Amino acid sequence: MSRELEDLARRAALNLVNRRDFLGRAAALGVTAAGANALLASAVRAAGPVKGGHLKAGLQGGESTNSLDPALSASNVPFVVLRHFGETLVEVGPDNRLMPRLAEEFSSTPDAATWSFKIRKGVEFHNGKTLTAEDVLETMRRHSDENSKSGALGIMRGIKEMKASGDTFTVTLETPNADLPYLMADYHLVIQPGGGRDDPAAGVGTGPYVVEVNEPGVRHGFRRFANYWDDSRGHAETTEILVINDATARTSALQSGQVHMINRLEPKIVSLVKRVPGVQVRNVSGRGHYVFIMHCDTPPFANNDLRLALKYAINREEMVDKILRGYGGLGNDMPINAAYPLFDDTIPQRRYDPDKARFHYKKSGHDGSPIVLRTSDVAFPGAVDAAQLFQQSAAACGIPLEIKREPGDGYWSEVWNKQPFCASYWGGRPTQDQMYSTAYLSTADWNDTRFKNEEFDRLLLEARAELNEARRKELYSRMGRIVRDEGGLICPMFNDFIDATDARVQGWEKDPNGEMMNGFAMVKCWLA
Amino acid sequence: MLHPIVKLLVQRIALGLLLLFAASALIFAGTQLLPGDVAQSILGQSATPEALANLRAELGLNDPPVQRYFNWLFSALHGDLGTALSNGEDIAQSLGKRLGNTLFLAACAAAVSVPLALILGIVSVRYRNRWPDRLISAVSLASISIPEFLIAYVLIFYVAVQLRWFPSVAMISDAMTLGQKLSAIALPVAVLTLVVLAHMMRMTRAAILNVMQSAYIETAELKGLAPIRIIARHALPNAIAPIVNVIMLNLAYLVVGVVVIEVVFVYPGMGQYLVDHVAKRDVPVVQACGLIFAAVYIGLNTVADVVSILANPRLRHPK
Repeated sequence: MSRELEDLARRAALNLVNRRDFLGRAAALGVTAAGANALLASAVRAAGPVKGGHLKAGLQGGESTNSLDPALSASNVPFVVLRHFGETLVEVGPDNRLMPRLAEEFSSTPDAATWSFKIRKGVEFHNGKTLTAEDVLETMRRHSDENSKSGALGIMRGIKEMKASGDTFTVTLETPNADLPYLMADYHLVIQPGGGRDDPAAGVGTGPYVVEVNEPGVRHGFRRFANYWDDSRGHAETTEILVINDATARTSALQSGQVHMINRLEPKIVSLVKRVPGVQVRNVSGRGHYVFIMHCDTPPFANNDLRLALKYAINREEMVDKILRGYGGLGNDMPINAAYPLFDDTIPQRRYDPDKARFHYKKSGHDGSPIVLRTSDVAFPGAVDAAQLFQQSAAACGIPLEIKREPGDGYWSEVWNKQPFCASYWGGRPTQDQMYSTAYLSTADWNDTRFKNEEFDRLLLEARAELNEARRKELYSRMGRIVRDEGGLICPMFNDFIDATDARVQGWEKDPNGEMMNGFAMVKCWLA
Repeated sequence: MLHPIVKLLVQRIALGLLLLFAASALIFAGTQLLPGDVAQSILGQSATPEALANLRAELGLNDPPVQRYFNWLFSALHGDLGTALSNGEDIAQSLGKRLGNTLFLAACAAAVSVPLALILGIVSVRYRNRWPDRLISAVSLASISIPEFLIAYVLIFYVAVQLRWFPSVAMISDAMTLGQKLSAIALPVAVLTLVVLAHMMRMTRAAILNVMQSAYIETAELKGLAPIRIIARHALPNAIAPIVNVIMLNLAYLVVGVVVIEVVFVYPGMGQYLVDHVAKRDVPVVQACGLIFAAVYIGLNTVADVVSILANPRLRHPK
């Protein structure tokens, strides 16, 4: 590599030479366009974030009914909006490690039943007030209150007592939980002044951006908060979210340069978008998974042989290939994959096996009547097609499936968690404990497979209180095997998060915790 | 003794108001028929019986339906549409903004499409059964036959993505100048024009052709007037009633029926606003939107009737 070229790249990164000049001169020095772009990108990284500019994103998942109240946030746009103006006590980093945020440090008693968070000093709210442990306490109290209708209510239920003294916020749990800090990283738990009790939807927090425009379902505008405490975030001077729910409109907005980032690129058009100059596809394998769920307490699914027969009768490779177009990973009939901490990768991968499927089907003694599988477009993208693939692969094993297509409206209230066999999806959770507690514990509200297993419940509680990581990993491995071999979950695939950005967007990092860099894309990235 | 035309007009407008009243009753009754009530939709599935009872009392849901209907209607007439259940926003305020956007888009589309339809209609009468007539008919019928979202996507691909003349996202805000707004909505206006043009143009053509058979047109021809002058000066005024009817129907469509265009161009109008709130069972907003749509529809049709009455010389000059 010539010194001249390197120097040029550095100057381009610092905006001393414009990008087009750089590419032209690189070409004159005999470097291909791709090589020059890569060189420029690494020089840009070395030069560090560029401050200023107006960063725009076109996002799916916003409605006119959205509110700025963090408790009510439930879709993608409010999620990204929260990341702009608010912050949580701790965060889960792209490497799955906990990072202190508004809590400077945290620790627990040796039994993991009492946790203390030391609140960071000198952090200011957008209304000029200084952050105190009292604000944290009031915020957590509001989310624990049934009337707040908070999306985080479920994770606040195990808390016995909360206290604030000096700069320390203390939580005492009913049963020990080694993962409590992960729960405090839930995106709803944005700290608001006075807990946001006076005006929950005021949009005031400690985040890097101040809310300037709030038109739910249309657009949200932000300006950098001048007194923000952390220099490594909030690079653009202003940011703007346009709500673009239509997939084609979103893609064309990116292509025509009206936005710099979009979320939810459809797998079927990724290969086309990759060919568009100046557009970068950003995909990362996450914890979200597409599933078919059987109620373990309802005939014929009460019979584990029938459940195993159906698990062997699904072709996972084909699903990843045709439904996800390769943008995803194989599922193994448990809700956990390598994106989770403490995952045991020695659990054997279950594959399509018509012989075993036939064996278990026969052993189950099912009368041969068609098994009704309910599906809908809203269950997950491609759910109707996936059900048909399942029907065909099962038919090849002599298992008749009857597909019933349900309307999208009311699917989540009338079909999911009500009918014994249907298609669905899970977004995943930051830890194994949270995923299993949400949907696989006997008493869980959302136990959508009606899976009740005493040994599993015991292991879950034991693992939760265990601070020794090796031992926890072993316990989780056993739980995973139990769900895989006895549960009502047929998990064919884990889907990637697929976003796309303009080539000028820099600072992107792969974050398996959620789409748009777990919602942080607009506060962590910058425009070069 | 009232002039008969005034009497007719008063009758027509009174009928419109009565119709609007009936529509409001239907909207209210329809939303009452939905399973669950407002208190239930506010509190969700985990509602306790006490909380439900408290909220019902607070919202006055225990009053008889007729009384609640008149309370609602009375507040609505005073501009108080209540607050949205989903996010607690004042409905009149958020709806007003969306309604303004919808009317802006509809007005711009009408300002382009109505004169264009009339001119094209007149031109096709002038060159009846010759190539300009056939060309106009073929193009406008083709554009009405293609689904509007397809036209929209094609325009986005060529005009926004390839040529970059106009933005594909038609988002407008108060901070924009009129010029910026017009540039932002250029593409949706183009699509809407293509969608409504054919209907109005064909009606203009048919109505004028109908009048062209009359004896007085022959007289005008024999007088030696230029054909275009005969059409514009003598035929069009007498064909105006059916044309205005069709124009008003299309204007009503531009206000109440463009949700697909709003979604494709990400335009912040009433359609998407209504759909979002229907999905969340936000009954007060749905009622308010229903009332406004009904008022627009009935209002425009009344205007059409009034114009037809005024355009009729026999009614204007009774013996």
